[in-house]
Amino acid sequence: MTSRQIVRLLAAAVPGVAWPGIACAGSFLEPAGPVAAAQISHLGVISALMLIVIVPMFVALPIVLLRYRRGGKGTYRPDWEFNWGLEILIWAVPVALVLALGTALWKHTLQNDPYRPLGPDPLVVEVVALDWKFLFLYPEQGVATLDLLALPQGRPVTLKLTSGTVMQSFIVPSLAGQIYAMGGMQTQLNLLADQSGDFTGRNTQYNGLGFATQSFTTRVMSPSAFEDWVDATKAQGTALDAAGYQSLLPASVVHTPVLYGSFEPGLFDQVIASFAPRMGHGAAAAPATSETPHHSMPMPETGQ
Amino acid sequence: MNWELIFGQLKWTSIVFSGAILNPSLSEFIASGAGAIAVLGAIAALILLTVKGWWVPLWRDWLTSVDHKKVGIMYIAIALVMFARAVIEAALIRAQQLSAYDSPGFLSADHFGQLFSTHGTIMIFFVAMPFITGLMNYVMPLQIGARDVSFPLLNAISLMLTLAGAILMMVSLVIGQFSTGGWTAYPPFTGIKFSPGEGVDYWIWAVSLGSIGSTLTGLNFAVTIYKKRCPGMTLFRMPLFCWTTLCTSILMIFAMAPLTAATIMLALDRYAGFHFFTNGDGGNMMNYANLFWLFGHPEVYILILPAFGVWSEIVATFSSKRIYGYTSLVYATMCIAVLSFAVWLHHFFTMGQSANVNAVFGIATMVIGVPTGVKVYDWLLTMVGGRIRFTTPMLFHINFLLTFILGGMTGVLLANPGIDFQVHNTLFLVAHFHNMIIPGVLFGMFAAVQFWFPKAFGFRLHEGLGRASFWCFAPGFLLAFFPLYWLGLMGATRRTYMWSDPTYLPWLALAMAGAVLILTGFALMVTQIVVSVRRRAQLAAPLGDPWDGRALEWSIPSPPPDWNFAVLPEVSSRDAFYEAKKAGTAYRSPAGYEDIEVPRNTATAPLIGLFACAWAFGLVWQIWWLVVVSFVLMWAVVIARSFARDTEETIPAATVKAAHEAFLAAVRATPGVTRDQEMTAANRGRAIPEGLEGGSGALSSDSAVGVSR
Repeated sequence: MTSRQIVRLLAAAVPGVAWPGIACAGSFLEPAGPVAAAQISHLGVISALMLIVIVPMFVALPIVLLRYRRGGKGTYRPDWEFNWGLEILIWAVPVALVLALGTALWKHTLQNDPYRPLGPDPLVVEVVALDWKFLFLYPEQGVATLDLLALPQGRPVTLKLTSGTVMQSFIVPSLAGQIYAMGGMQTQLNLLADQSGDFTGRNTQYNGLGFATQSFTTRVMSPSAFEDWVDATKAQGTALDAAGYQSLLPASVVHTPVLYGSFEPGLFDQVIASFAPRMGHGAAAAPATSETPHHSMPMPETGQ
Repeated sequence: MNWELIFGQLKWTSIVFSGAILNPSLSEFIASGAGAIAVLGAIAALILLTVKGWWVPLWRDWLTSVDHKKVGIMYIAIALVMFARAVIEAALIRAQQLSAYDSPGFLSADHFGQLFSTHGTIMIFFVAMPFITGLMNYVMPLQIGARDVSFPLLNAISLMLTLAGAILMMVSLVIGQFSTGGWTAYPPFTGIKFSPGEGVDYWIWAVSLGSIGSTLTGLNFAVTIYKKRCPGMTLFRMPLFCWTTLCTSILMIFAMAPLTAATIMLALDRYAGFHFFTNGDGGNMMNYANLFWLFGHPEVYILILPAFGVWSEIVATFSSKRIYGYTSLVYATMCIAVLSFAVWLHHFFTMGQSANVNAVFGIATMVIGVPTGVKVYDWLLTMVGGRIRFTTPMLFHINFLLTFILGGMTGVLLANPGIDFQVHNTLFLVAHFHNMIIPGVLFGMFAAVQFWFPKAFGFRLHEGLGRASFWCFAPGFLLAFFPLYWLGLMGATRRTYMWSDPTYLPWLALAMAGAVLILTGFALMVTQIVVSVRRRAQLAAPLGDPWDGRALEWSIPSPPPDWNFAVLPEVSSRDAFYEAKKAGTAYRSPAGYEDIEVPRNTATAPLIGLFACAWAFGLVWQIWWLVVVSFVLMWAVVIARSFARDTEETIPAATVKAAHEAFLAAVRATPGVTRDQEMTAANRGRAIPEGLEGGSGALSSDSAVGVSR
């Protein structure tokens, strides 16, 4: 058995032994996509590696307490204070462990960069975090929703996020980790769902009275079902124009998802641009670019 | 009549009790009840002071004192009072979350928001900070053989600024609302647009007063350690608690400044229409996050390092053995202090920065695990070859080793950006930092109280009740927080006042049981103090050394005289007092005594604190006349003080001699006790070191009369 296999075995054992109870849908304990799956297995690997420094303490401390308790069998050596061998051991083991952990961290972090697309031709969904609800815009399909993220199974998804209000943190735990959505800025989250079903998503950053209920359904469906859903939404939904967007800004909780058959093109960029500095020479009119690789504030060339 | 000119934004509806009248609900009754407790508590204290005639002693002996020992005790008194409030808030948070499955529970969302904000703010800034500051104040000068800190008046001013902030927190319970922005107060949510009203302003000014006090403390303690060590006390002969105090002081100097800057900038945003952290107009909330955590991460180590010092003292004393790997521990502490400035970004891996940046900060975070792991194993090895006594502080230490290492494991998990993406802002994170701070810092401070209480007051604390409180605290912590790890993995977010997932319920019930146990532990601790005060004659240990101590603070009477050391000690090794006991040179009469100059009491510090509190209250409610008047008065006090020339008084050598010789005579007249009798009434504070029972003649009661120096 190679050391890698041992680590994998331990990683598999840890969730089973140390975490009693049932894993619940809507958490990354039951991943429904490769990103969340990689995160949970990374958690297992790191936990297993950490046992190297934890187990010795749990084994040695009771022995030491028993042996060197007052009246115990251990020899009393009140002036003993140093030993080179032990010294090297207690420094070298953590250093070696951190080398291993650090390597694992580095690999995992780069491979699972939320900005890295998970394949060609991703479905782009623009997400606007609002007070106690999320607005999802599908520029390719021309539809929009409030508090319903419909996704096709098996197709890479690129979420572009911003906020129309305070900073929020967006997460669909079964699919991928969270990322902040901030006013006037754009962040990105790539994910992929390989199972169909409903998964809970939510904001995790406290933003007022409706925070506790700010969740939404992520509905993963087969590619053809997704096409049907888009067509149906186009047919039945109302249109979301700039005025309609403004009416979403007051804080409110959405109980049932709202579908929009169409939305004003460029709405996402307008939301970002609405926070641009108003100093300078008409800089606010400059549309924000959404091509930057990492989160960025649209800085106007003028007014600097 | 323009009432706003006089009362600012203050209205009669700002008083908490109006809420219960205008909008009766359980949530409002709880708020009013809390307000009533604060008001009644204050009234009860006033009545007690009047009836007992304690006003004059309170002012003369305590509030105006600049003695580091009294300042330290007052800091710890603040911490305990504030802890009582914040731990009850914690229990309310637990109860609300348990009761709020698919229903709003018994607290309103707004009340819940204020609760988690005050709980966090108080626990960090007005419990943990005053606790460690008070302890460092009391112990460090005694351990380095000094008569006081370098700047005693500044020390008292730090205390009074902290007290002013704490009073402001208590006032917010009665007048107005507190912030709902959490202890971190992230904008733009805490900006004026999204949080109008006085809540965030309470947070800003309470925290600012505390942080300025802590900056001054850091400067004061660092200078004290550099300049006031007694002859022979080289840095590498200092007890480890002094080393950790030094590291904490350095961190305080550098880390509190970004917090003060951040709170002032947030205030400018709110009061003066600036755009540092606003949504748009050039503001960027992530600048706040960076500044806050540039303070916030070193803050974690500001809190834990003094506790590490406490653990080092306790494990050596109750193992009756030298600390293992002293040099290693010193270097590890310094490594931690330096690295603590290099990891702040791990608090917002989710900001959207590049994977490389996240990886660098993630690995830097893991690297801190190396010196911390070394320290944990150094403490374990200290016990090897010792004779371990399972006293209350030692029980806390054993509990610390086991739980802290688990907290370290979850810390390393959180250091991984990929895992943090999932558990950031969840109860997993809440469990992690409570796992570090409760068994590490809070229990460290509780253990320190058990350990140094006899030094400060001249009698031991009741051991049985101490152990009873430990046996509530330790399992209470496990029950209250380990379920939160699991809940966090299941996706339960922090700061959430209601749930819709039934699978959370059993875990929340366990956590509630833990909270009840912790409350019981605290009640037992208070009982322990009350019972010990009543039985102080039986528990008395005036001779100063109840635990067979090792450092200099145990060589002087309990409580120590105003001047600490009759003659400044001269040391030639680590564990100076223990070595002296072993060599038979302890308790010798000095060759001669000299006059001692000690700083006079002064009203400067309490007046500055009073006006600072009024100033902050004026700012919160925008009562501008009060702001101007109190600000002018505050500086008038400073200027008036600068003209005072007679700031020191002389204690004549004869007084010092009489007191010290009486102490030495009492020591010689008292037979030493072995560790078997440690917890009996026979323990008056003269120890026979472990392993030297009936051995060295130097320890018999009449021989240590030689004259040194």
